Amino acid sequence: MTKTAPAAGFVRRLAGTLHRRPRLQLSLLLTAPLTWLVLAYLGSLSALFLSAFWTTDSFTSSVVKVWNTDNFTTLFESDVYRQVALRSVGVALAVTALCAVIAFPVAFYTARIAKPRWRPLLVVAILTPLWASYLVKAYAWRLILAEGGLLDWLLGPLGLEGPGYGLTATVLVLTYLWLPYMILPIHAGLEQLPDNLLDASADLGARTGRTFRSVVLPMLLPSIAAGSVFTFSLSLGDYIAVQIVGGKTQLIGNLIYSNITLDLPLAAALGTVPVVIIVGYLLAVRRTGALSSL
Amino acid sequence: MEGKAIRLQSLRKSFGKTEAVAGVDLEISDGEFFSMLGPSGSGKTTVLRMIAGFEPPTGGTIELAGRDVTRLAPFERDVHTVFQDYALFPHMTIEQNVAYGLKIQKVSKADRLRRAREALADVRLDGLGDRRPSQLSGGQRQRVALARALVSRPRVLLLDEPLGALDLKLREQMQIELKELQREVGITFVFVTHDQDEALTMSDRIAVFNRGRVEQVGTPAEIYERPATPFVAGFVGTSNLLTGPAAEQVVGETGTFSIRPEKIRVLKEDRDGGTPDASGAVGTVAEVVYLGDATRFLVDLDAGGRLTALQQNLETSSEDVAAYRGSRVRLQWQPRHTVRVPDAP
Repeated sequence: MTKTAPAAGFVRRLAGTLHRRPRLQLSLLLTAPLTWLVLAYLGSLSALFLSAFWTTDSFTSSVVKVWNTDNFTTLFESDVYRQVALRSVGVALAVTALCAVIAFPVAFYTARIAKPRWRPLLVVAILTPLWASYLVKAYAWRLILAEGGLLDWLLGPLGLEGPGYGLTATVLVLTYLWLPYMILPIHAGLEQLPDNLLDASADLGARTGRTFRSVVLPMLLPSIAAGSVFTFSLSLGDYIAVQIVGGKTQLIGNLIYSNITLDLPLAAALGTVPVVIIVGYLLAVRRTGALSSL
Repeated sequence: MEGKAIRLQSLRKSFGKTEAVAGVDLEISDGEFFSMLGPSGSGKTTVLRMIAGFEPPTGGTIELAGRDVTRLAPFERDVHTVFQDYALFPHMTIEQNVAYGLKIQKVSKADRLRRAREALADVRLDGLGDRRPSQLSGGQRQRVALARALVSRPRVLLLDEPLGALDLKLREQMQIELKELQREVGITFVFVTHDQDEALTMSDRIAVFNRGRVEQVGTPAEIYERPATPFVAGFVGTSNLLTGPAAEQVVGETGTFSIRPEKIRVLKEDRDGGTPDASGAVGTVAEVVYLGDATRFLVDLDAGGRLTALQQNLETSSEDVAAYRGSRVRLQWQPRHTVRVPDAP
């Protein structure tokens, strides 16, 4: 008897077959996730897009499946919707900018100043708020921002008072909620930034501020852009924080939410607006090269 | 009058409990090509980083052109550095990299473009100014780093093992180019290396570092011919030391002696000839290494100890040489090439 591979059990034979047939291997690997992606993900998106072309019977509020573009006409022609859309983009941009400004020094400390053995612990500390429920955190801020609440009490001795519920409060709370998503990519970017580039810049005569502007910031642009994808899209899609601390503020998210029961096709048409904006945002971000490094 | 470009006085640096630099005194003249040679961990790079201002010293002072700069930031010192891995800015073009220092000095745009192009031409990289560092080879990046550091004509250029990442041929070529460039621009070069050949080839003077201290400072010939300590004798060139009883018997004195391998002639024991008043010893050839242009003989002396002798292959070929293995030989050298090495303090 010739000596070949040791006694081939079923598992071993199967592994051998798969090894010889890479296509079969690939299809086994991807069938389940692809089915999920196509049905649940793209399916629901197309359903959203299709239902945006239906209307509602204004009398019974039931959906009428007749094709028309009335919803989009309403969106484009009504000042209210345009204002809400612009306000939502403004909030998302403000949250993103605030997150970047706050995240940078934090990430600089965790990635470059803190002792290496403390760094993983600090990253965990930054992530900890994400383990708590979103609603709990939003309601906590409602208490902080309440009239005579913590913020008023803190600012009182300075002769100031908190912003109360409204647009400012919404931006503040969203910034708090999404900050970790900005800190993490900047932390990773700063960790990879070679020390000797900073040395080289100083060596060539650049003061700290100059090195920051000419070397650190341009090299971290992809990291900041990556973080901004999270902060921007999460802020644009949010509808809960604004209900809890936004007072009377209307953003596109809560407009959709309030229309779901009344006029589902209009809500669907509204829902395509953030999708289009975020696609545009991603295309803009792609130009910085941030997405190729994700 | 020849000024002092750099003066270090009892310079020390500790990282936690380890003392990387343990008291270094050095004076480097204007326009000198000065090498700091030593094994890794000997403190030479730390000294360089302290001169550049990247590391604050634990003790001692650093003077540049007579001015105490010990506590100054890197951007306040008139020195530029060529880094071991070049440290080019990846998001800038080659031209922008070279012009970076000039831009900070607020040189006008036309001026700095012209000077950057000149500097690139000096290192034979004309026409590559629009590329990114990632599009260049190692040798080219090395030259960009050099152009960037030289373009604003600093008083002192610090080079931290700049040729370490290059292959042998390119390294030898760059050694010559660097030396020529230094002569042309007349700037003081402080060159850190662990490669003794590099140091011997390029330097006006060399400081040999060991364990955070300077063991010897001198011209390449002084360092090579008259090593001041056993460490220098061993680190620069092939270690060829006679000590103890072997030294007593061969040299006739007690102590440690160094004889450079190329100074020793190898003769068959039974053959006469050679110089009558030469020093000598007899022994057995333990190993023969054929190097192409030369042959290295490792000879176990009858008196004890082992000497290495290097012979140019003037007439011999590899076959002749191999026949020497195991044979009895007489080694001969001029008495003046027996150099007493003071024992380490």
